[in-house]
Amino acid sequence: MPQILVEDLAKTYRVAERDPGLLGAVKGLVHRRHRTVQALRDVSFSLEAGELLGFIGPNGAGKSTTIKILSGILKPDAGTVLVNGRVPFTDRIAHVSKIGVVFGQRTQLWWDLPVSEGFDLLADIYRVEPARYRANRDELVALLRLERVLDQPVRQLSLGQRMRAEIAAALLHEPDILFLDEPTIGLDAPSKLAVREVVRRLNRERGVTVLLTTHDMHDIEALAQRVIVIGHGQVLADSPFETLRANVLAERRLVVDFAHEAPEIVMAGVEVRRRQGQTLELAFDPARTPTPNLIAALAAAHEVVDIHVGEPAIEEVIARFYDLHGAGEA
Amino acid sequence: MNSFHLILRYFSASLRSQLQYPGSAIMLGIGAFLTTIIDMLAAWALFDRFGQVQGWSLGHIAVFYGVVSTSFALTDFFTRGFDVFGGECVKTGAFDRILLRPRSPALQLVGYEFRLSRFGRLAQALLVLFVGAAVVGVAWSPDKALLLVWTIAGGVALFTGLLVLQASFAFWTTESLEVFNVLTYGGIQAAQFPLSLYAAWFRNFLIFVVPLGCVAYYPVLAILEQPDPLGAPDWWLPTAPAMGFLFLAASFLAWRAGIARYTSTGS
Repeated sequence: MPQILVEDLAKTYRVAERDPGLLGAVKGLVHRRHRTVQALRDVSFSLEAGELLGFIGPNGAGKSTTIKILSGILKPDAGTVLVNGRVPFTDRIAHVSKIGVVFGQRTQLWWDLPVSEGFDLLADIYRVEPARYRANRDELVALLRLERVLDQPVRQLSLGQRMRAEIAAALLHEPDILFLDEPTIGLDAPSKLAVREVVRRLNRERGVTVLLTTHDMHDIEALAQRVIVIGHGQVLADSPFETLRANVLAERRLVVDFAHEAPEIVMAGVEVRRRQGQTLELAFDPARTPTPNLIAALAAAHEVVDIHVGEPAIEEVIARFYDLHGAGEA
Repeated sequence: MNSFHLILRYFSASLRSQLQYPGSAIMLGIGAFLTTIIDMLAAWALFDRFGQVQGWSLGHIAVFYGVVSTSFALTDFFTRGFDVFGGECVKTGAFDRILLRPRSPALQLVGYEFRLSRFGRLAQALLVLFVGAAVVGVAWSPDKALLLVWTIAGGVALFTGLLVLQASFAFWTTESLEVFNVLTYGGIQAAQFPLSLYAAWFRNFLIFVVPLGCVAYYPVLAILEQPDPLGAPDWWLPTAPAMGFLFLAASFLAWRAGIARYTSTGS
């Protein structure tokens, strides 16, 4: 059986609406109007132990709702959820002792306490046996390079340091599954790289199953073997990222530097995407126009200085995918 | 680590956080001591004018007040998590984090903060209690000391129940309902005077709805060795604090309903 099994999950929220202003507040006390929001319609997927899955989708698509259901905070209206063979929300305490959760926007440490004391307290909360705790802590501190910040109160840490401390905090009790909700949000470039490196190592070396939500497509490119795209509360795609790219936006990019002013290019199946002085960026479908033929034709007709072949940026792929499915911001 | 040890660990962590700003804790403590003294000044002004009210003197009032205020001060040390629950937990989503940990949510809220500054209120309450007892000539014995501890325990249970109830409502309102302060702070004011002074409806409210009378008036009569002027049987006087525990148990029913609602609505 897969480690995480989700079948036909549905969840509807009732959102109370009220008119603005004092009068609205008073009216709201007497008679409340409700609007129903279908957060999840019919979500199914499964995850084997040791997988690293990227979970992406526009804001309001249902990512957080899914994570909340998987971590036992929220009860679905319909459908089946099994994590490690348990139903998260009915078996909460047993369930949460085997998972780790990091919310990028919230801290689970104590603001005024030094990092190391927060770790000690978490070990007691999770009933981690002292010898195991010390071994785990030392390993995580080395892995996440936390030696220098251990004695500092959490409020004094930089965002990057804090996020590394948060990840360590979520792993002290040796969970088999790690949920990361936007772990790189707001981080500077070196911190993002460090977080990705740690997640990769945890997954490869310790076999921790990772489910990651993000808006940073570089996280996906760097980490996820498999991507689930969610929109309007439904799974729109579930495949390796390269498959998604091939299906959605199979085009190649060719950046050509000419010796003189860039010429007009009129060729079937080739589109000019950008023109800047002596440089052109061309988009083409390699199935229709083989790359060597295009390069040969350009070099024969014009004086070419340099050529660079590339693929569309991952953001473009995803944006195109959302467009195709009408899944813009909900 | 069992729950009791974990609470002590939470408290020691909380104390260390607060001692990062020792000046603030000390000033808040002194402030609480001074402002609560004003409570007694008001009663003193009243009795200075009239001497006695229905046979009750300022000393009696001090004992009633001291008992109920001690209970509240003790409760206030460890219930901040429930007090600020709506604004700081439900509204911000911080309650999610509590549900992500393998411990009961109520236990984690008790561990939220140990309010050091409440020593000021506790010191004032105990001072008033024992000075009052000396003035009216209470003869302390092991039995009476035990009854006092039992009374205060019932009071702590009752005030804890009020705060649990306040927190439970926040699952529906997402705000901490300040209106509950009428019952806590107002309750101390109401319970410092003997029930026999009040109109019947208000007396019944303090016995059957929010049983503050059961954790102050009745057991204190037993400590003062006075029969109830309203005619409650003698066996009832030392038994009454049990109502505080009943109230606490009922509050936890509301708390459970609130958590069930939270996990099905997510807000």
